[in-house]
Amino acid sequence: MNQNPTPPAPLAITHLTVAYGDKTVLWDITWQAAPGLTAIVGPNGAGKSTLLRAALGLIPSIAGEPRFFGRKLGEVRNRVGYLPQRASVDWDFPATALDVVCMSRYPRMRWWGRVPKTERDAAYAALDQVGLADLADRQIGRLSGGQQQRVFLARALAQDADLYLMDEPFAAVDAATEQAIIAVLRRVVATGRSVIAVHHDLSTVPSYFDQVLLLNGRAVAAGDVKSAFTPDAIARAYGGRLNVLEQAVAEGGLR
Amino acid sequence: MTAVDFLRLDLPAMLAAILACGLCGLLGSFLVLRRDSLLGDALSHAVLPGIIAGFAITGARAGLPMLLGALAAALAGVFLISLVRRVARLESGAAAGAVFTSFFALGLMLIEATGARSVDLDLDCVLFGQLESLVWLEAQGFASLLDPAALAALPRQIFLLAAVSIVLAGVVALLWRPLHLLCFDPDYAAAIGLPARGLELALNLMVAAAAVAAFEAVGSILVVAMLVCPAAAIRLLTDSYRAQVLGGAAFGAALGAVGYALAGPLPAAFGQAFALNAAGVIGTLGGFTVAGAMLLRQWRSAAPKPVAISG
Repeated sequence: MNQNPTPPAPLAITHLTVAYGDKTVLWDITWQAAPGLTAIVGPNGAGKSTLLRAALGLIPSIAGEPRFFGRKLGEVRNRVGYLPQRASVDWDFPATALDVVCMSRYPRMRWWGRVPKTERDAAYAALDQVGLADLADRQIGRLSGGQQQRVFLARALAQDADLYLMDEPFAAVDAATEQAIIAVLRRVVATGRSVIAVHHDLSTVPSYFDQVLLLNGRAVAAGDVKSAFTPDAIARAYGGRLNVLEQAVAEGGLR
Repeated sequence: MTAVDFLRLDLPAMLAAILACGLCGLLGSFLVLRRDSLLGDALSHAVLPGIIAGFAITGARAGLPMLLGALAAALAGVFLISLVRRVARLESGAAAGAVFTSFFALGLMLIEATGARSVDLDLDCVLFGQLESLVWLEAQGFASLLDPAALAALPRQIFLLAAVSIVLAGVVALLWRPLHLLCFDPDYAAAIGLPARGLELALNLMVAAAAVAAFEAVGSILVVAMLVCPAAAIRLLTDSYRAQVLGGAAFGAALGAVGYALAGPLPAAFGQAFALNAAGVIGTLGGFTVAGAMLLRQWRSAAPKPVAISG
């Protein structure tokens, strides 16, 4: 791999296998994400979130070690951002939107005392990027679902990473918020960074993303959306129900 | 009641109540924020077999061996709970419940088997502590408060509580931000490279240390109450992390002072002959304040607010 002239992929996974108890969720996944916007798509229980979480070392894997930019995660931790599922936290928690965004910069700060002004400013700028600067001091539980999702996005952005792993950034948000989020992601990618997002809506895959990984326990298909996101591959990932899906893809293509 | 009486009989107990309740209130906030309040319950029960074992091995109701036994049992409890959680894949409440009931039952068996019961180690003391037995007979007047020799004769429990309080308050201050993130989103903390596992362990060890230090003075029931009630009451009233943690400690300490005063000194000051169990009164107050905080919150949210809230 050292002789490879092209820069190493943002994320490369080889032979990744993950199990919960005796139930294997991911089987021998070997996959390289190209730079740009990548969607991970598959039916419920396909292991999409598990793939992200295992890559980040949040859950143990039986085999396979992910490489980020050709390195181990520990060596490039500050180049990798993460956006967890919105449902995973307690939104009554005593923290303002700005507090939550500041959290992404905790590894750069002392562990005690006040948050330094430069860090606060960086967090505020990230909130501004997602259009929530006005709500910086609001407790997170008093934000709408779409606003909460954008706070999470701002927190990921404030990490100032080169690769963002996002677990359903569009989950349960309205159409306007979805457009706002995709606009932010496109800006991120335009600056040479990469985003890998778990995505649910098949119809928007062709219009939102450059690459796709179709997942169903195994890697069914991967690559450019144009070449890999075919009705046949989708059918293999979702196991039949081709008619509905063909229609979805056709609709997506019209956008 | 004279000043000397107060210094000799009430001050040490009140001080112990304030320190124990303040300490538990401080750490209780983290348990409430992590939705892991049962851990306090678990640890304060899990210490029993350690205390009995310490007593049985040394044969004396000396402080240190029993304390070490309690600490060892609490650490074993923390370790076992996280093991059961991981191996049996139980949620933390169930794991804690399974472990602490076993530990407590083991403690009860040890009491009978070692003959500890026949000596003066009674269950009341385990449950309700021994606040009333903390006295400072060397006090001659307020001047004694400045006399090192007299101060050195304060009950041992007070020194222990003060030392543990200072150390734990310092650790909480040093880990202020990582603990905030750990409580909110432990996965994210791990994802951005904070030592989430280590922080979690440190937090649990601090809860264990607080429970053990407070246990001897105020008993296991009050430890449980003070790990939950002050923090839960404050939780209903504030949306600020700083106010939650500092307020939990201050509110716990205040409950300790007020509860103790209501139990003995105040009835006595009004010429009443009865006195209540101080730990019982403090615990009862704790329950009432949570109910009060709930009502206050409902009343506040029913009142019109200046800022519109978007759903």
